[in-house]
Amino acid sequence: MTQPDDDAPAATAKRGDSAAAVTAGLVDGHGSSAVGRSVTINRSPADLYRYFRDFANLPSFMENIASIVVTDDVRSHWVVKAPAGATVEWDARVTEDEPDRLIAWTTEPGADVPNSGRIEFRPAGDRGTVVTATIAYDPPAGIVGKVIAKLFQREPAIQARRDLRRFKQLMETGEVATPAMNPKQFEEMGL
Amino acid sequence: MKALAWHGKHDVRIDNVPDPEIVNPRDCIIKVTSTAICGSDLHLYDGYIPTMQKGDILGHEFMGEVIEVGAKSTLKKGQRVVVPFTIACGSCYHCGKHQYSACPNGLPADNQDIAQELYGHEMSGLFGYSHMTGGYAGGQAEYVRVPFSDVGPIVIPDGVPDDKVLFLSDILPTGWQAAEYAQIEPGDTVAVWGCGPVGLFAVQSAFLMGAERVIAIDHFPHRLELAKRFGAETINFEESATYEALMEMTGGIGPDAVIDAVGLEAHGLFVDNVIDQIKASTFLGTDRPHSIRQAIIACRKGGRVSMPAVYGGFVDKFPLGAFMEKGLTLKTGQTHVQHYMPALLNAIMEDKIDTEFLISHRMPLEQAPKGYEMFKNNQNEVTKVVLKPGMTMAA
Repeated sequence: MTQPDDDAPAATAKRGDSAAAVTAGLVDGHGSSAVGRSVTINRSPADLYRYFRDFANLPSFMENIASIVVTDDVRSHWVVKAPAGATVEWDARVTEDEPDRLIAWTTEPGADVPNSGRIEFRPAGDRGTVVTATIAYDPPAGIVGKVIAKLFQREPAIQARRDLRRFKQLMETGEVATPAMNPKQFEEMGL
Repeated sequence: MKALAWHGKHDVRIDNVPDPEIVNPRDCIIKVTSTAICGSDLHLYDGYIPTMQKGDILGHEFMGEVIEVGAKSTLKKGQRVVVPFTIACGSCYHCGKHQYSACPNGLPADNQDIAQELYGHEMSGLFGYSHMTGGYAGGQAEYVRVPFSDVGPIVIPDGVPDDKVLFLSDILPTGWQAAEYAQIEPGDTVAVWGCGPVGLFAVQSAFLMGAERVIAIDHFPHRLELAKRFGAETINFEESATYEALMEMTGGIGPDAVIDAVGLEAHGLFVDNVIDQIKASTFLGTDRPHSIRQAIIACRKGGRVSMPAVYGGFVDKFPLGAFMEKGLTLKTGQTHVQHYMPALLNAIMEDKIDTEFLISHRMPLEQAPKGYEMFKNNQNEVTKVVLKPGMTMAA
C-alpha cells in the first residue's frame, strides 16, 4: 500500500521494501524478509481463533514444528526443524491478542531466527473466515540461507502457504489430506 | 497386494506392494471387484502427463467391497460401493456448491504448489493420476484406500451387477455433465466429437435432455456404429469433410451445441494437428487441440461449446476470433462426479441409460499391461477394458 492508487497488501509489493512496510504495522515488528498469505476457511472466526490461540495445537498442521511448549499466557518456546536435520529455537511473546479477531507475536532477544507476525481472522459471510498470516523474519545466514532453505522446502514463505492450506483442511474436514497408504508411510512423509 | 504400476512411457507392470491401511478417520479400504482402464489413462501411458513417478499405481474408475472403515466413515463392512475419481471433502465452500472437482481439501498441501503455479488454483485430488493431483494410489489394484468415504462412494443395491454401475465412477457422469453443459434446448442439434466412452454417454445423455438430433464424429467404424445404435447420425472424418458435412446436415446453420470429447491426443492427419504433434513431441506445446478448434468453427452463431475433453497445458491457434465474433459460450471442467452419482444410479436402475454395451473386454488384473497395449493399439474394437481382480486367468 505504498501508493494512493494501490490497495494491494504490502506483502505483494513488486518493488521496494515490503518487509519494512510489514514490520511497521506490527508491535515490536522486526525482520528483513516478509511473507503474507490469506486463505478462506469455512468455519467461524471464533472457532479458528480458539484453535490457533492454543499454540499446542499448531504442530497438527504446521509441518516444521518439532515442539512448542507454552510457558505462560503470552510466552512459548518453539523448536523448529531447519534444513539438513538441524533445528532452530526461539522464545515467542504474544504482543496483541483480540479474541476472535487477531493474534500477533514477536520473538525475544536471542532467537535463532528472529521473527514477528500477526494472524488475523475476518468474517467472510457464508464463506466462513478470511485468515491472513503476515510474517516478518530474518532468514538464517541471510540470503544464502534463504536459498538453501528453499532447496530443502523449509523456506518460510513456502511453509506459510502450505501450513495455511493444512489449517484449512483440518478445520474444514477434521483431517489433513495425504496420499500415504498406511500410518507408517504417513509418519515418514510428514504432514 | 498386486497393483498396476507406471514405470515409464508405454511401460506399466504388475507390482507387489504393501496392502493399504486406514490413515485418516474418514477413510475406508475397499477390495476392488471391477476397475476399468480409462482413455485418460492412455495420456499417462503415452507420457503426456508430467509429475508421474516410477511405481505410481494407476486407475481411477473402480468399485468394490468395503472391508475396513475409519472411525468417521459412514460405510459398513460388506457394502458394495462405486468410488468417484475426484477426491472431495463434502464440507468446503466448493463442495457446498456441488463443485466437487474444485475441492481443495483432498489435495495434499505440498502437491497444491504445482497446480497453483500452472492453473492459478489447486484442484481436487484424483486417484492414480500423477503427483500434481495428489499422488494417490489408484484403483487398478486389489485394494484401495479411499479418503472421505463418508461423502464420496455411492452404495450399490444388492443384485445389481458391477458392469452396470462401474462407470458411475467417471465416464458416465462425465458424458452426462458434458451434455448438461451444452445447455440443450428441445429441437436442438448437438454435434459430438469423439465416440469414446465419454462421447457415447454424451450422445445418450443429449437425447435424454431433449436433443432432436445428435451428430457423432469419429474415424473408428465400430465406435460410429455404437453411436448409431443410440440414434445418432454419424460423420466419419476420414471419409467426409467434417465442417462441410455439419453445415449441409444442418441446412447451413451449424449445430446448436458442440461437445469436444476428444481432447489432448486428437487423431487425424490435419495440418494443425500434425504441427501440434511435432510441437508436443518436442515440448514446444503440450496439447493437440484439433477437435476443439473444429468444434468452435462449426458451432452455430450464439451456440454453446461443451468441453469434457482433458487438456493440460497451453495451446496455440485457438480460434478466439471465431469464438468472440459468433458469441459462443464455453463450459468445461473436470466432472463433479459426486453431484451426478445418485440420479445416474437411478437412471441405470430404470434402464434409461445403457452402460454395459461399452465393455468389449474383461480380463484379470494380472493382464492389465496387455489391456493397456490392446486399448492403445486397437481403439476401433477395444472400447472398454474392465479388469477383475481375482478373475481366473484366461487360457
